Amino acid sequence: MAHAILGISAYYHDSAAALLVDGGIVAAAHEERFTRNKHTSEFPINAARYALEEGGLRFDGLDAVAFYDKPYLKFERLLETYHGLAPKGLRSFLSAMPVWIKEKLFMRNMLKNELAKLGSVKPRMLFPEHHLSHAASAFFPSPFEEAAILTLDGVGEWATSTIGHGTGNGIQILRELDFPHSLGLFYSAFTYYCGFKVNSGEYKLMGLAPYGLPGAGQTEQFKQKILDNIIDIRDDGSILLNMDYFNYATGLTMCHDDKWQQLFGLPKREPETDLTQPYMDLALAAQQVTEEVIFRMAETARKLTGSQYLTMAGGVALNCVANGKLLRRGTFKDIWIQPAAGDAGGAVGAAYAAWFIGNKKQRSVNSGADSMKGAYLGPVYGAPEILRTAKMYKAPYEYYPEFEKLCRKVAELLEQGRVVGWFQGRMEYGPRALGNRSILGNPCHPEMQKKLNLKIKYREGFRPFAPSVMEEDIGDYFQLDRPSPYMLLVAPVLEQRRNPLPENYDRMKMFDRLYHLRSDVPAITHIDYSARIQSISKQTNERFWKLIKAFKDKTGFGLVVNTSFNVRGEPIVCTPEDAYRCFMRTEMDYLVMGDYLFTKEGQPPWKEEKDWRSEFQLD
Amino acid sequence: MEFLRDLWGFLRVRKKFWLLPIILTLLLFGVLIVLTSGTAVAPFIYTIF
Repeated sequence: MAHAILGISAYYHDSAAALLVDGGIVAAAHEERFTRNKHTSEFPINAARYALEEGGLRFDGLDAVAFYDKPYLKFERLLETYHGLAPKGLRSFLSAMPVWIKEKLFMRNMLKNELAKLGSVKPRMLFPEHHLSHAASAFFPSPFEEAAILTLDGVGEWATSTIGHGTGNGIQILRELDFPHSLGLFYSAFTYYCGFKVNSGEYKLMGLAPYGLPGAGQTEQFKQKILDNIIDIRDDGSILLNMDYFNYATGLTMCHDDKWQQLFGLPKREPETDLTQPYMDLALAAQQVTEEVIFRMAETARKLTGSQYLTMAGGVALNCVANGKLLRRGTFKDIWIQPAAGDAGGAVGAAYAAWFIGNKKQRSVNSGADSMKGAYLGPVYGAPEILRTAKMYKAPYEYYPEFEKLCRKVAELLEQGRVVGWFQGRMEYGPRALGNRSILGNPCHPEMQKKLNLKIKYREGFRPFAPSVMEEDIGDYFQLDRPSPYMLLVAPVLEQRRNPLPENYDRMKMFDRLYHLRSDVPAITHIDYSARIQSISKQTNERFWKLIKAFKDKTGFGLVVNTSFNVRGEPIVCTPEDAYRCFMRTEMDYLVMGDYLFTKEGQPPWKEEKDWRSEFQLD
Repeated sequence: MEFLRDLWGFLRVRKKFWLLPIILTLLLFGVLIVLTSGTAVAPFIYTIF
């Protein structure tokens, strides 16, 4: 009989569920994709129900349910923090306690009540620590027999970062950095100060940083001020934050705005206001300091474990700029990063921890291949569902029984500069769209970056786009010598593909710099000649690979622009109906779902009673 | 009962018996909250709580 474990991440942000059957991942999905509420913290009832369906299991077929953290330990941290800092933090204390006293202290019961909706039996419940869940999500599905493990995030129970060593079916935590000293919260504080939303805008800060001027007086001054006043970085990578500058331990904001303004001579940027050079320089300074900490921690991990391989998870591990640089430093022979590195990935990590550590099951590794199945672990919708959606909206379509012909057609549309929604196969697990719920464009088109940002995604114009490149062609475009299947490595565009910069480039305004054609693939070349790469292998995603191949046959370029299939503030689409709705609300030109092509011009007029933009809170 | 058993286990394993009076006081307040208010929603900018 098969043994199954359901992993759950919930009640904080990015709720998700994952199902392991006999130690293999069968399904994993974010709850937000089903409820259409981005970063939802609700119990992932829909994701759990889907996972059981996918596994062909009834609830009574589960051996255990694993929740991704230890609530009492978190409560201990809260009480000790408030006690240690009293009388500061009274307001925060009074706001936090009702939730705990009424709900979170009774987590086991809350979970049981929610799980009762799936079935009447009461499975064994396990609560691995938050960072152990991250560590398990990093190591167990990795392609390594043994590896160092680095977990970095805001905070779990007490831990904010850990260094561990994974061997076989075990994980040993060797070092732990505790709250309030947190690299994740340090980065979030800068996210907040630069006017982005905490807990979702961190990747915008990372995208903004390259607009800062490296080596320029202001950037260096900011960096020095950060190092002198805000953060003390020790040789081993452990950090001490100067809590005089931060407010998150006792207050309701990330930092003390007045002190930051005094230090940097720069007020907190209000959200959605113009971005000026000082904020770009500040973003760059914060990014560089963050990288320095990660590098030192990684070196410590190398020394402590002696391992040649590193695995990573936790929200900070989504900082693909730092990941790419870490790889190029050569501290480790290879690095593997959990594609759902944030808290959603805690679901799969908790399940893995229960299976290998709790149940002491043997682990076998496929040489060179990880166990994440390309992160295509979500629901699949076939022709019946697609046709039902088409019928519901009276949407005309063209059917392509021959997939190669469809690829040729889409490649032709992309070549013409058209934007195509691409909906295929199983939905991705993790924050990135990896070619099954993606919006695609032509990377060579000079206007593509602008068009995608402003007319399709309705998001900030400065934000970069990522390429999906055929795995065998990576070296033709980028300084990267290995696959990057999860879009978690940033690498430079090859020098021979770059265009020279004008003399006054550094003095040009942000958008003038942005719209300067920096390479022969301008839509995916960021301002600093970098690109966040996703490599596509024929084995992992054959349909997407075939499409890119068709684009290459047509244009000579074996890569496309790939951005997630959603608009700003919206979770990535899950169902054909979500996809069709997003297609009709935006200026996307074509939609491909399975073997069906929908042309915008051929669709009936789209009517909605209220402005759909109000449906999604800006992230 | 399960809650009390879990709580006792936590205090024992972590050797944090000094938290017991605080937790009991909070639970007393909790009874009041349950009796007097609706859903508890934390207004935090960052959900670390």
